[in-house]
Amino acid sequence: MTSGPGSSESSLEHLLRELAPQVLGAVMRRYRDFAASEDAVQEALIAAAEQWPRDGVPNNPRGWLIQVALRRMTDQVRSEIARRNRESELAQELPVVVAPVIYSEPQMDPEDTLVLLFMCCHPALTSASAIALTLRAVGGLNTAEIAKAFLVPEATMAQRISRAKQSVKTSQIPFSMPEAHERTARIGSVMHVLYLIFNEGYTASSGDSLQRTDLAVEAIRLTRLLHSLLAESPDVTGLLALMLLTDARRHARTGPNGELIPLDEQDRSLWDRQMIAEGTSLVTEAMTRGPVGEYPLQAAIAALHDEATDVESTDWPQILALYSVLKGMSDNPMVALNHAVATAMVQGPRAGLALLEPLGKDERMSGTHRLDAVRAHLLERANDRDAASASYLAAAEKTTSLPERHYLLMRAARLRGEER
Amino acid sequence: MKFMLMMSTPGGGEYQIMQWPKQDIEAHIAFMMGFTRKLHAAGELVGAEGLAPPSQAKRVRAGDDARPITDGVFPEAKEFLAGYWIVDVGSPQRAYEIAAEASAAPGVGGKPMNMPIEVREVMSAPPNPK
Repeated sequence: MTSGPGSSESSLEHLLRELAPQVLGAVMRRYRDFAASEDAVQEALIAAAEQWPRDGVPNNPRGWLIQVALRRMTDQVRSEIARRNRESELAQELPVVVAPVIYSEPQMDPEDTLVLLFMCCHPALTSASAIALTLRAVGGLNTAEIAKAFLVPEATMAQRISRAKQSVKTSQIPFSMPEAHERTARIGSVMHVLYLIFNEGYTASSGDSLQRTDLAVEAIRLTRLLHSLLAESPDVTGLLALMLLTDARRHARTGPNGELIPLDEQDRSLWDRQMIAEGTSLVTEAMTRGPVGEYPLQAAIAALHDEATDVESTDWPQILALYSVLKGMSDNPMVALNHAVATAMVQGPRAGLALLEPLGKDERMSGTHRLDAVRAHLLERANDRDAASASYLAAAEKTTSLPERHYLLMRAARLRGEER
Repeated sequence: MKFMLMMSTPGGGEYQIMQWPKQDIEAHIAFMMGFTRKLHAAGELVGAEGLAPPSQAKRVRAGDDARPITDGVFPEAKEFLAGYWIVDVGSPQRAYEIAAEASAAPGVGGKPMNMPIEVREVMSAPPNPK
């Protein structure tokens, strides 16, 4: 035993989550059945969470988990065979013998975790399925924790996970490294899923945050894991940097009642300097590695914000230049929107407002409140209070986020108040 | 016993809160958040949701081919559901007390709104099939 029953609960949780994908990889190497292997690993994790605090952590925690999970699998196979035998007329004549499992340390390969990520984030899966599977199979979270993070009942999340596993089976997604030619695209899918997990955690500032599984922290942990496996990829490095540089502002971006505080009004002394330092050094590394994709560019922009002591001293011309590059790379209207904001900061609000015109005709923007919110901010900067107030209210009508609606209503009311 | 407490907003336009002065909006939001937090702390809250404004509402019917036919906003409606709480309490009286507290949420000038809260008991049913 390496440590007694006194070892802290959170470090045990951390250890189990770290080991989860390695254990699953080892079980998958023996039994290719993803759904059953994943269930067996979850049961082993639960057994460990019960027994280790009482009996102490075993000398070889990973080996312990693998053994328990493999035993689970053998039990399942045995009972399945027994069931078939009972149902078969030939049961008496042809008993099936189950070979005993050899409890040696199974082969371990750090690439297993990467293969699991590729599986869980396969493009054939919906993003909701991919997110749930990734958090469970690679993140080692249990169903209750994932359900809490998304504020849905546990039974609903259990069903979502079991359907996701069914999709893995019917789409015949293999437990193997993708072919070289599709590797870049598949890494892109993994990054997209991790980014969605981060965003879900980052925007879900409402509700009782103490009760919720912190998805932003989980996303950073999983992206660190991906980065440790693909350290040479500037995009993965950029994604990790982007998350750190964004999450660094966490404590400054909401007030005591969960109300949103915009970047220009945040108390910058609350920003996490250590995260900013790490993010900045990662983004510098990513940017010097040749052609860069969207994540490093977004991270570079976040770094410029994080380095500034206030809005005025922010290097807006540099941010505008980076958004111009991003705009040339993708047809994303959100990028165009941010580009307009940066333009307004460099060339004045009217120049920014002019860039919003074509976006108003973009179908993809019709469902979102962001265009109205940005227009409102720029109109406010241009001192057009009536129009700004009306745009804030239009945005408030469209947003489906409660803290955001509160924030927008407040901005509108403030402008109305100042007029009097 | 479980009860659903439904809060409605007058139809025919935006939520009334949208034109209030800033400090009144602030007071109203702070009240609502504190109210829900208190129910949660008392172990009485099962769930609560606020709904997006009526301007985003659609009325849906299945067409002959079973595909959805959506209708826009319906200005003739007198009022719209704005949000609800589901509470688990010992008696209907307790549910009424909670509803009255929500009803007295501060409005313009901090005056209690005394808005109507519809209280409906949630029927019991066997557990969901596995």
